[in-house]
Amino acid sequence: MKKFSAFSILKEGLTGNKGWKPHWKSVEPKEEYEVIIIGGGGHGLATAYYLAKNHNITNVAVLERNWIGSGNTGRNTTIVRSNYLLNESSKLYEHSLKLWEGLSKDLNYNVMFSQRGVLNLAHSLQEIRDSKRRVFANKLNNIDAEWLDSNEVKKYCDILNISKSSRYPVLGATLQKRAGTARHDAVAWGFARAACNYGVDICENCEVTGFNIKNNKIESINTSKGSIKTKKIGVVVAGHGSVLAQMAGFRLPLETHTLQALVSEPIKPILDCVIMSNAVHVYVSQSDKGELVIGAGIDSINSYQQKGNFSVISGQMGSLVELFPVFSKLKMLRTWGGIVDISPDASPIIGKTPIEGIFFNGGWGTGGFKATPGSGWVFAHTIANNQPHELVEPFSLNRFYKGKLIDEHGAAAVAH
Amino acid sequence: MLIINCPYCGERDESEFHYGGEAGITRPGHPDKLSDKEWGNYLFMRKNTKGLFSELWFHSAGCRKWFIVDRDTVTNEIVSIKEISKKI
Ligand SMILES: Cc1cc2nc3c(=O)[nH]c(=O)nc-3n(C[C@H](O)[C@H](O)[C@H](O)COP(=O)(O)OP(=O)(O)OC[C@H]3O[C@@H](n4cnc5c(N)ncnc54)[C@H](O)[C@@H]3O)c2cc1C
Ligand SMILES: [Zn+2]
Repeated sequence: MKKFSAFSILKEGLTGNKGWKPHWKSVEPKEEYEVIIIGGGGHGLATAYYLAKNHNITNVAVLERNWIGSGNTGRNTTIVRSNYLLNESSKLYEHSLKLWEGLSKDLNYNVMFSQRGVLNLAHSLQEIRDSKRRVFANKLNNIDAEWLDSNEVKKYCDILNISKSSRYPVLGATLQKRAGTARHDAVAWGFARAACNYGVDICENCEVTGFNIKNNKIESINTSKGSIKTKKIGVVVAGHGSVLAQMAGFRLPLETHTLQALVSEPIKPILDCVIMSNAVHVYVSQSDKGELVIGAGIDSINSYQQKGNFSVISGQMGSLVELFPVFSKLKMLRTWGGIVDISPDASPIIGKTPIEGIFFNGGWGTGGFKATPGSGWVFAHTIANNQPHELVEPFSLNRFYKGKLIDEHGAAAVAH
Repeated sequence: MLIINCPYCGERDESEFHYGGEAGITRPGHPDKLSDKEWGNYLFMRKNTKGLFSELWFHSAGCRKWFIVDRDTVTNEIVSIKEISKKI
């Protein structure tokens, strides 16, 4: 693999850019692997990378039914933050945020991680209390967090409307300065390239269609490219978790919904932070291309369609224009949807399954992009050691039978 | 936007309705007699079908009655709509 550097860019620039090679190779699957990862999104690719890098396990395949990054990884609005309320979640997401901070260097691939700051707005007295509580909780967990009153919010983002006559006035916000955005495609490609460099096979257009299980142990899987033997499988398929679990014969508490997003026409730089509001349900940032990247909540019905309801978009546009009157004349360029796996407590499910050798990582719902490196790290550890990483012990499937839910919903600003 | 044919009111926009999720989940008669596994299954585990799915809908801005819709979760096609019988 060719190492990227300022020197290689200069050299290629002077010699007609003819020396660049594909960043990774998509190959046909072999007959057998030590570990098979199902799902070539960011989480699956990161898992393969850390299996190789941290645990020396390189006889690994990542099987992706479409092309890598074609799922939620390439469809999300890329907000990365770690200001969750509960200890279990904040530890997990902060571990991931720390990895983001060194990721471009570690992968030798620019994932364009931009720590531009994320503001979570508060619009009512109760929200002020909840937000301050979250700031205190974050500080106790050594996560950077600040409370800003409405004038300080205005100073941080001067195009935001803080008028008292708004239907839901901005009364303040929490700020995490280390939070921000990253380039989603680059995350998939960077992990793929780095994993490939360790000898991991990346097999695209390879759909898993069934499991062969004997005495409650996995022996092989069926795919659109034939059957493959293995003793260990990591299932990391986002919205398709329940489909794979049904093939393997166990149950999950997940529901699959469409989550939509949209971008505006590109404009000159106007917004240099991320603004999120749970109460009026919209969030927005500006991409490097100049488009506003806008999102909100899920469509209410169960759906495996990467296409949603227009009423959800019109609702969030109303909120956007109230918060930013300056955007009212902007044209929207395109909309899309991804299918997200919503868990009952808005927390992921990671660890062993009732089938020996099958490990599960899912339920990240609307907010897993931020966890990509951390999720791969802890999942690789879990698969390699047959034992959950200490950060994910509380996130086992078993918590739904023990009543030990990690109820982030509503408690923190867990929209994304 | 789905057009839903309420068995009581006829065709209306989806925005008049409220979604109720998987149909046919009955609350166990004696929760105190269940194991943690059985109770967890009832509370949390879901079919989450990809394909034809039986689900509950509530006509919240209309007749305020619940009914059952069989819908394909991949194509959004509504295959049948029926009233809730006493036993589902
Ligand atoms: C519109 C939108 C906005 C979002 N915004 C944010 C945000 O701002 N911040 C944030 O943190 N998170 C956000 N998310 C959530 C985030 O995108 C996901 O949690 C995260 O990307 C999940 O990564 P993944 O690798 O698990 O899933 P994916 O990238 O979806 O990868 C799973 C892969 O599995 C493959 N697969 C499925 N079934 C099979 C099979 N049978 N065989 C082989 N392969 C299979 C799929 O094709 C897919 O490529 C957003 C999501 C959406 C849809
Ligand atoms: Zn009706």
